[in-house]
Amino acid sequence: MMAELLTTTALPIMLVGAMVGIASSAVGTFLVLRGNSMLSDAISHSIVFGIVIVWLLTKQQSGPVQLIGAALTGLLTVLLTEALASTKRVKQDTAIGLVFPALFSIGVLLLNIYANDVHIDTHTVLLGEIGFVWLDTIDLFGLPIPQALVSMSVMTLLNYAFIGLFYKELKLATFDPALAKTFGFMPSILFYVLLMLTSSTAVAAFDAVGAVLFIAFAIVPASAAYLLTDRLWMMFIIGALISIVSSISGYYLAVYFNVSIGGMMAVMTGVFLILAFLAGPRYGVITQLLKRRWARKAPMEPPPSI
Amino acid sequence: MTISGSTDTALSIKNLTVSYHNQPVLWDIDLDIPAGVMAGIVGPNGAGKSTLIKSLLGLVPSLSGEVMVHGRPYATQRKRVGYVPQRSSVDWDFPTTALDVVTMGLYGRLGWLKRPGRKERNEAQEALEMVGMSAFADRQISQLSGGQQQRVFLARALVQQADVYFLDEPMAGVDATTERAIIDILRRLRDAGKTLIVVHHDLQTVRTYFDWLLLLNVRVIASGKTEEVFKIDNLRQAYGGQIALLNDNESLMFAASKVK
Amino acid sequence: MGWLELLTDYTFQNVVIGASLLGLISGPLGCFAVLRRQSLLGDAISHAALPGICLSFIITGSRDIGGIIIGSLITGSAAALMMLMLTRLSRLKTDAGLGACLSIFFAVGIVLLTYIQGTNNASQGGLEAFLFGQAAATLRSDLWVMGSITLVTLLLLAVFWKQAKLVTFDPEYARTLGMRTTAIEASLTAMVALAVVVGLQMVGVILMAAMIVAPAAAARQWSRHLGGMLAIAAGVGIVSGVSGATISTLSRGLATGPLIVLTATAIVLISLALAPGRGLLWGVIKHYRQKSALQKQQLLYALYKHSADPSRAPSRLGSRRLLNKLKQQGYLTRSPHNATQSDNGWGLTAKGQAEARKVVAAFEELAA
Repeated sequence: MMAELLTTTALPIMLVGAMVGIASSAVGTFLVLRGNSMLSDAISHSIVFGIVIVWLLTKQQSGPVQLIGAALTGLLTVLLTEALASTKRVKQDTAIGLVFPALFSIGVLLLNIYANDVHIDTHTVLLGEIGFVWLDTIDLFGLPIPQALVSMSVMTLLNYAFIGLFYKELKLATFDPALAKTFGFMPSILFYVLLMLTSSTAVAAFDAVGAVLFIAFAIVPASAAYLLTDRLWMMFIIGALISIVSSISGYYLAVYFNVSIGGMMAVMTGVFLILAFLAGPRYGVITQLLKRRWARKAPMEPPPSI
Repeated sequence: MTISGSTDTALSIKNLTVSYHNQPVLWDIDLDIPAGVMAGIVGPNGAGKSTLIKSLLGLVPSLSGEVMVHGRPYATQRKRVGYVPQRSSVDWDFPTTALDVVTMGLYGRLGWLKRPGRKERNEAQEALEMVGMSAFADRQISQLSGGQQQRVFLARALVQQADVYFLDEPMAGVDATTERAIIDILRRLRDAGKTLIVVHHDLQTVRTYFDWLLLLNVRVIASGKTEEVFKIDNLRQAYGGQIALLNDNESLMFAASKVK
Repeated sequence: MGWLELLTDYTFQNVVIGASLLGLISGPLGCFAVLRRQSLLGDAISHAALPGICLSFIITGSRDIGGIIIGSLITGSAAALMMLMLTRLSRLKTDAGLGACLSIFFAVGIVLLTYIQGTNNASQGGLEAFLFGQAAATLRSDLWVMGSITLVTLLLLAVFWKQAKLVTFDPEYARTLGMRTTAIEASLTAMVALAVVVGLQMVGVILMAAMIVAPAAAARQWSRHLGGMLAIAAGVGIVSGVSGATISTLSRGLATGPLIVLTATAIVLISLALAPGRGLLWGVIKHYRQKSALQKQQLLYALYKHSADPSRAPSRLGSRRLLNKLKQQGYLTRSPHNATQSDNGWGLTAKGQAEARKVVAAFEELAA
């Protein structure tokens, strides 16, 4: 019965979608707070380079080797970007726009040269296909578990373990890196580890949603959460909730309209961002307009004496 | 050189040189600040005042130099040093409360992995009370005014219970009431035996606030007791001749053009 | 394929002309994007073009390049506008706004694409051309459209040159002069969108960001004047385009887009290394020269002060190498039996003292 549930119903698809969101928005929260959201864009593209290299060396398209390879590629991307920016001849955003296309290009060319006949598919890498997750399963506990579900669960665990263990260090390093440095918390190293986890999450998510939609799951729920709460820990909860709801609603809408499931899930995250932007209880644009209107109508009280 | 009866030297700098793009920003700084004083660092823009503090704390690399805090190298004395940076150094949109920011000051004492508990939160609450901000403990920091943010930063430094405090332009952009409140707190710390080292921008208040003074313009122009250092010749040297003292000798005026 | 065959081959001609047009428009407009710190805006706009392309197909039923360009322009500009609104009206920062708009618009595009294809599976053909470019499928008629857009854009730039320049460098000052800064900034952004849209055919979504950024980054290293920078960027763009196209055709199987981008990146790296004045090689040499000069001055100064006031002696003088070098040059002497703990017997010669006095004088002047 369980096996059937896992392979023929919507359950595995929605589960994978939700886990992609939960794992990605966790690391995405810190990216948004640090102002480095576009690094998720850079990493998700340059990872193609890593995937190809790992595949050429090990002939494995997924699994732990790819996770590690992705982490290293992500680190490489960031280090190259920083090296370029540190020459002071180019600005940081320019450096990003130089490094990831170059790495991506090398990856594609390597594919052209070595893998023209093999089924490592740039389409799938870049776009994923969440509808097919039930095709590629592993036998665990006698049940066929979708490979993507396993990878995403592992990344979710790793990400939350890292964030949970080093919560206060990450918080301080994001808010005030100078103070963190004087306390000996090595904000740079923490950041590199965070980026490596982001990269591994990206590659794990590729099977399901592909590169560009990964960016949506990493950045959009976290951005919506940023507009909805004033507590850091709440951002993680809201990000996860939005991911789950987007995943479920995205699935049913996609089936109804017969369109891309992963794409619809990502669009739903966008819907929640716009809702938060317009109608968020504290910072929503419309909410604030209405508040001002009510305040004008209410009687004025003199300011309290200091 | 003793001020408050203590012979201990809070801060001793030898031969500090900091360069940026191969131009000297700080040149051969030699300095001894005694313990228990309220020391001011003044100088024109670009004189290296902020850089001095940052290089002492290891936030900016130096070409040469030695820093001793209470006789031992700074690296071993981190826990005895508190830092109040400029307000512009953080993003105040960060989702956190005033109490949480103050609690962050205790992270160094907690070290890796250990979480702040009730004890830490109580200490943070007390520090907020010391700066008159206990009513704002649960307020999101972006909703605080400039003066309130400054007080939160001060509370964060207080909670570290350091012996030497470095403050980078704490009165910048702050209303008069807050400025008075900050000075009161600093004076209380000084009277308790702590050493305060403050980068200050307003020459008008130097004599009232500080008992010890460093005039800085890339190199040390003069340092020592305020009444000995704060003289027109030294000021002219530091500020490049753009200063005139009004007749009553109590107030300063910056001339619009170069005046010699 | 022999050279003559190559040059008269219809496809090759199209690709080369197309690549040159790409360089011609993306180079100069990329300069404005890069100078205004909007390097990644090109990336966002190119991803946001997908829904526009799909919409144009849904509405017109064909893949006509006119429709594609209009569709991409509309959604690309919409994305830029949404990003602006998100960042101006809430506490969301620019990077998050860019990432959100980029990915959400692209997601909408994917949904539309699968709607067109009538499947749930986005990874079927049609998208490949958009992602990687389809340089070889360029028609001569397409080139006319691309060419006219390029011409009009460059003409506009020429006409509004002064305004564009000032608004890029100092928008506030421009405003005080009465210039309609917002309108000009919006137009510049729209022109960047145009450049992106023209180039999508050649290099595809993912690499378009590079074609906006790389030629401008390379040009920046060689020229200090905006006009020169634009010209060099256009040149770099054209060279990259043509080289990439040629190598791709000759190699039979290597994708054009990546080759163009790698050529451009290589030019950037070379420019970074070699450009006179700004080049890294020059910089590295200058850095070491200045650093050793500074160290030498500092050492002499320290010793000078130390002889005048022993209590101010530094406890560590400097590297052994530096000390020996200065001794060789005649500035220092060493007398071990006179050594104190702090100077290890090193002392200034008369020449060294004279040099040290010069340093002192220089720094007295510096502070005054």
